[in-house]
Amino acid sequence: MFIKTITAASLIALAAPTLAMACEIGARVSVVGNEFPAIQTVGAGAQECEGGEVTTNLTADHQTINLPGMQGNPAEYTSAIIANSSIVALMNEDVIRPLGDLIEKHGKDLQPTQIITIGGEPMAVAFMANAQHLVYRADLLEEAGLDVPTTYEEMLEAAKTLREKGISENPVGGPYKAGWNLAQEFNNMFLGHGGTHFKDGTAEPNVNTPEGVATLEMMKALAEYMNPDYLTHDSNGTNAEFRAGNVALMHMWGSRAATMTDADGVPQEVVDGFAIAGPLTVGGGETPASTLWWDGFTVAKNIPDEEAEATFVALMHGIRPEILEDEETAKQAVWLIEGYKPTEAAKGVFAAAQSGTIPYPMLPYMGLLHTALGNELSDFMQGKESAEQALSDVEAAYTAAAKEQGFLK
Amino acid sequence: MASKAQRAPLGLRLATGGFVVVWLILAAFPFLWTLWGSFKVELDFFSIADWTNALTGENTEKVYGTPFTGAGYRGAWVQEEFWRAVINTFVVCFFVVCTSLTIGTLGGYALSRSGFRYTFWLLIIALIFRAMPPVTLVSGYLLPFFEWNVWGILPTAIIVLVAINQPFTLWMLHSFFQNIPKELDESAKVDGCTQFQAFRHVIVPVMWPGVITTGLFSFLLAYNDFVVTAMLLSESNRTMIPEIAAFLGTTQTEGNVMFAVAAVVSATAPLFVLVMFFQRQIVSGLTAGAVKG
Amino acid sequence: MKHRTFFWFFLPTGLAMLLFIALPLVSVIIQSTHAPHEAVFRTVENCGPFGCVEETTIDQEATRAIRDAEPLGRFVGLDIYLDRGHLAAQEVGEAWANRESIGDFLSRLGNLPFYRAMAFTLTYTFTVTPLLIVLGLMIALAVNTVTQRLKGFIIFFSLLPMIVTPLVGSLILFWMLDSRGVLGTFIQWAANDPDLSLKASTPLTWAMLIVYGIWSSAPFAFVVFYAGLQTLPQDQIEAAQIDGATRWQQVKYVIVPHLMPLVTFVALIQLMDNFRVLEPIIGFNAQAHATSLSWIILNDLGGETRQLSAASATSVMTILGVAILLTPVLIRTWRDFRSKT
Repeated sequence: MFIKTITAASLIALAAPTLAMACEIGARVSVVGNEFPAIQTVGAGAQECEGGEVTTNLTADHQTINLPGMQGNPAEYTSAIIANSSIVALMNEDVIRPLGDLIEKHGKDLQPTQIITIGGEPMAVAFMANAQHLVYRADLLEEAGLDVPTTYEEMLEAAKTLREKGISENPVGGPYKAGWNLAQEFNNMFLGHGGTHFKDGTAEPNVNTPEGVATLEMMKALAEYMNPDYLTHDSNGTNAEFRAGNVALMHMWGSRAATMTDADGVPQEVVDGFAIAGPLTVGGGETPASTLWWDGFTVAKNIPDEEAEATFVALMHGIRPEILEDEETAKQAVWLIEGYKPTEAAKGVFAAAQSGTIPYPMLPYMGLLHTALGNELSDFMQGKESAEQALSDVEAAYTAAAKEQGFLK
Repeated sequence: MASKAQRAPLGLRLATGGFVVVWLILAAFPFLWTLWGSFKVELDFFSIADWTNALTGENTEKVYGTPFTGAGYRGAWVQEEFWRAVINTFVVCFFVVCTSLTIGTLGGYALSRSGFRYTFWLLIIALIFRAMPPVTLVSGYLLPFFEWNVWGILPTAIIVLVAINQPFTLWMLHSFFQNIPKELDESAKVDGCTQFQAFRHVIVPVMWPGVITTGLFSFLLAYNDFVVTAMLLSESNRTMIPEIAAFLGTTQTEGNVMFAVAAVVSATAPLFVLVMFFQRQIVSGLTAGAVKG
Repeated sequence: MKHRTFFWFFLPTGLAMLLFIALPLVSVIIQSTHAPHEAVFRTVENCGPFGCVEETTIDQEATRAIRDAEPLGRFVGLDIYLDRGHLAAQEVGEAWANRESIGDFLSRLGNLPFYRAMAFTLTYTFTVTPLLIVLGLMIALAVNTVTQRLKGFIIFFSLLPMIVTPLVGSLILFWMLDSRGVLGTFIQWAANDPDLSLKASTPLTWAMLIVYGIWSSAPFAFVVFYAGLQTLPQDQIEAAQIDGATRWQQVKYVIVPHLMPLVTFVALIQLMDNFRVLEPIIGFNAQAHATSLSWIILNDLGGETRQLSAASATSVMTILGVAILLTPVLIRTWRDFRSKT
């Protein structure tokens, strides 16, 4: 048995307005997940349950430990909180169970859209959403006499004007750090161009296409207006640029847009000029160049049914609609829970969902392609090779990995 | 320590002194800069707008009215309860140093005193073991540790850190023991001591400089480790370094860099005391070393 | 020492290494010759908050039987070692056959992840290791002449580059070296080039990583050499002085030979550590310009889909690489060992 301390402070903070809500469980619950505030809230909510020990392990390294922690029999973790990108790793290894009967018994509060079904089987319950979208400096655009761009082509025009007028030297920002971030920017732009990552219904890569080349060219064109070190800038780095007032137009995660100007010492003009808009389209397409994400919980397969039931009940308690009564909690995320009213900061994610943005693909081999993109695209961005060469490198790297994993013959 | 005959000419002394000063600036400047910056707000610390902000604390002054703020420290220690991680770190470090020195001293001593060929090969194998990237080792441990229900607790991390660091400890202690003349324990054995008694009564008293130095490295390894502690400890048992990494945030979530900076600075303070202590031991080792003459 | 006595002395440390390093090593080698079974797919309709889409998933029923029969996966021999992510036998062969010149061949080679990582790793290892040994020795000699009272402080400050955790140490330097940071501004001023950015250029990133490597490891060499200097027999120095040796000659003929076993030790450890360079690459966000084998392993294990077999193969290659790298030093140690016994 593990001895884990329950953070008493968070318990008390949450328990106060919800004393009336009782939560009775009859077995052990152990949750692994990422550590951001919304998930901390859900975890603390689950820990209010009585009758069984509820432990949580919320850490940025959750993705490395959730699979081994659920592969044993009985599994250490009875639940993993995951996103649409990371559920596939658990699906691939068959460590999570269908939730049909549990939802029927305990899921009255759920919105139908919260239930993630895979081939008709409900496998996860989503509770929050995320997407990348535009954030910008309204004051700078006004100063330059520009409208808020709705396409990347307009963004380029705007960036040109901003630079020429001397308003901003490097007006464009974006998490373009080589690796996962750069690959994610490629995915956004590629989907916006109407590309599909794989040939229909197979694991064959399909990125070395005219859409792929157009995507890379647009990314490079944007990079011309970014800080020269853009390949080292992740979300933290780009946010710091924005806060320092150097950036006027930026593609950023919705989950981070809300707290953009909260940090100490952000100059007043940045706070006042900060504005949020939906994701942009590109190349005359209708689909925004972004992806939609959800975070949700799963229940382990290799555990007794009582533990599965206790886990489901406890986590349902963690995401009950009443948690939104707390204003701080309501601001923590774009909740998918019944009764959620979008805050100002959630505007971008809502616009993304409404304008037909494509969800990040839930495919068994998508992770491998993402890794390959992240490794091979930086050569093109640095001008060391052509777009076609970079994309064919991506396909070759992916193919080698997919063969090894048994996804390709 | 220099005797009269050793006294260096003025030019050389100036050159040496100058070199030490330059080196100290190189070694300490980033840390002093961090120390100074830890009392500023994030925007001043990074000072993207103008690097002099980091010195003057312009944005800090706008927010707090003074160019210095303890907000980072308060956030890390009070809000995020960094002291828990500090306690965990010292538990881990203490046991790692004690265990690895105990078993390493025995092993290293044996390797230095046995003339058989297999000792050489054992040393080589230990070296090859050390070549194994820790990331691979640790990801291999995950599944069995979960199965045996020992994942996430401090003893597991301690044992793994000791084992991973054994090759280094063995090599280092082996070289130190080789510098201690064999005649010392040989003569003790002639006097009727067993090997262990010879070790206990003759070698132990003179081995401290080497053991302290090795211990310092074991300590630093455990103290600075990220791979093992991040992957093998649960959130509530985390040591300082993974905790600091958690302050930094991830792609989709905001971190608090100033908490991390304040935590790094406060984490260095105990090391100052430690090094001061260690330094005296090394100097006292001078007299111990004189025994071998 | 008798075999029996040796056994009992060595047992605890030997057991720790056997359990936690040797066994995993065996399993890593086995893993690197096996790959997951070929997946059976089926197309399904997936629904969520954003609507429904047709997607592919793994048919668990169909896959389970194969998995249960051979839990290790399918045996693929050395295929993983030879695929594009590792030695890339086929791609190298093609590059050689289609080469226009040696330079063209090398640039094609540089496009493959393994060879790209090796190019940086070897450059890094062979510049950082000798330089840090020299620097460490110089610091040790200099600090040894300083008055007793100041030594404690100097040793502490000299150790700072090593004791501030690399994760954060490199992050702080990363910001200081930014083109707008204090060091970045200084370098721009010194180079008289206001647009200079260390992080945007490959050669400058390499230089930055190498300087960081020397800076952060020199304290290690310093401490070891400093401890060694404390055991330097005073009579040898005096004898050299009586013979009229200059200071430089004393260093060259008395001090350095006395420290030689420690130099070998530092060289061994640092060659190995530098060959496995990882933290600076992560801390400086430098993967667009520089990668290493350890970085490849971390990258394979860190994706959404963990590539265990690929990471195992790279690990085995790291060990072989270290073994090759250390051979000269090991042969030397072997000769010393033989001459002593």
